[in-house]
Amino acid sequence: MRAAAAIVAEADGRGGTRLAVLRGESPLLVRRTGPHAVHLVGGAAGPLRGDDLRLSVEVGPGARLSVHSVAAQLALPGRPGSPASRLVVTASVAAGGALRWSPEPLIAAAGCHHLAVTDVTVEEGGSLLWRDDLVCGRHAEEPGDVRADVTIRYAGSTLHRHELAVGPGAPAWSGAAVLGGGGAVGTLVLAGPSLPSPATLGGDAVLMPLAGPGMLATAVGRDIRAVRAALDPVGAYAPV
Amino acid sequence: MSLATLLVLADGRLPAGGHAHSGGLETAVSSGRVRTVADVGRFLCGRLFTAGLVAAAFAAAACARPDRWAELDDGLDARTPSPALRKASRAQGRALLRAARAMWPLPAAGREPHHPVALGVVAAAARLDPAAAAVAAAHGSVTGPASAAVRLLGLDPYAVHALLAGLAPDCDRIAADAAARIDDPVDALPAAGAPLLDIGAELHATWEVRLFAS
Repeated sequence: MRAAAAIVAEADGRGGTRLAVLRGESPLLVRRTGPHAVHLVGGAAGPLRGDDLRLSVEVGPGARLSVHSVAAQLALPGRPGSPASRLVVTASVAAGGALRWSPEPLIAAAGCHHLAVTDVTVEEGGSLLWRDDLVCGRHAEEPGDVRADVTIRYAGSTLHRHELAVGPGAPAWSGAAVLGGGGAVGTLVLAGPSLPSPATLGGDAVLMPLAGPGMLATAVGRDIRAVRAALDPVGAYAPV
Repeated sequence: MSLATLLVLADGRLPAGGHAHSGGLETAVSSGRVRTVADVGRFLCGRLFTAGLVAAAFAAAACARPDRWAELDDGLDARTPSPALRKASRAQGRALLRAARAMWPLPAAGREPHHPVALGVVAAAARLDPAAAAVAAAHGSVTGPASAAVRLLGLDPYAVHALLAGLAPDCDRIAADAAARIDDPVDALPAAGAPLLDIGAELHATWEVRLFAS
């Protein structure tokens, strides 16, 4: 299945945000759920192998947008022999704009083969909160292959470049260097003019200052609850 | 290219401060995640295919084009979210440049570049090729933690060295891949991360007493 969705948020000139574009197609449907909130609504199970999904998010100068989802994404095997499923999310935030991306987790079901590509560009003076959680397998299940590939640029420089691979194709991903047997991992990137102080977040979770104007909170946990317990409070610093 | 020169550069006895770093193993041991030789093996493998892969790619690219060192250095900053790991990498880069300056004439590469960048620049000065720089980087990403494992856990050094022998073909493959990608833009170079290495390095930096610097 191929699908593309687009969200364009613009300042409405009265201190609010107007969604100039809000367009989706199954299984990538988008609904406005608040003055500056949008939810992704899964229009079908998946992603399944062979799916090619693209979402573009644009936040204009002075606009604010918060993107959530109504349910976890469940990456599933699909037809044998199909190429990896792929979700490419491209986002841009203009100066004075603010974007919060905090969807429900991605769950890597057994036998899936999924690639999640994130490419975010923030102009100087824009604010970003970008959250991604990954659950390795459904209950008592080994995950399939998921690779997340993240690039976040701020003010013309690459602020954060990160890939994470789990599953049978990723050597020793559950070893002590990578996830150490943890069943879930979450990351939260903050970028912009106003940032919190570094902190340890309890358990295997820390909030670290990046080399550029941003911070990364990373949490590894037995399950998604441990990751949420560590990362949700960091979301309180949200720009949106 | 001189194989003996590569051995000089990749030798653990090179006085470049590598012995002071455990590559995250000290935290992994303290957390109880690494106890046995098998645990060490999985730690080393996970490290090789994340930090090692990235180090190899950047060492190869810096060896091919030492004048790209600043751009590559920024690329490693963007791939190293942990300030403790950035500091450890720069300290080792600086120590390597200091040692290498007595061995070969070095071009400019900043005062304190990330270790893989320093390694690539030094390899170029020693007239090694990018694949050699990459294999030294990949191999070096696992030898430090392997010897730390023997010291921290009192494991059988023969068994631990057997792990390194087992990973050698992977180091070769990673190096060959790194050498094939030296012309890629910096953003396209590998960026494989290891969350527990980042988290562990930050927790390790808060300890009052530790055996290794990282």
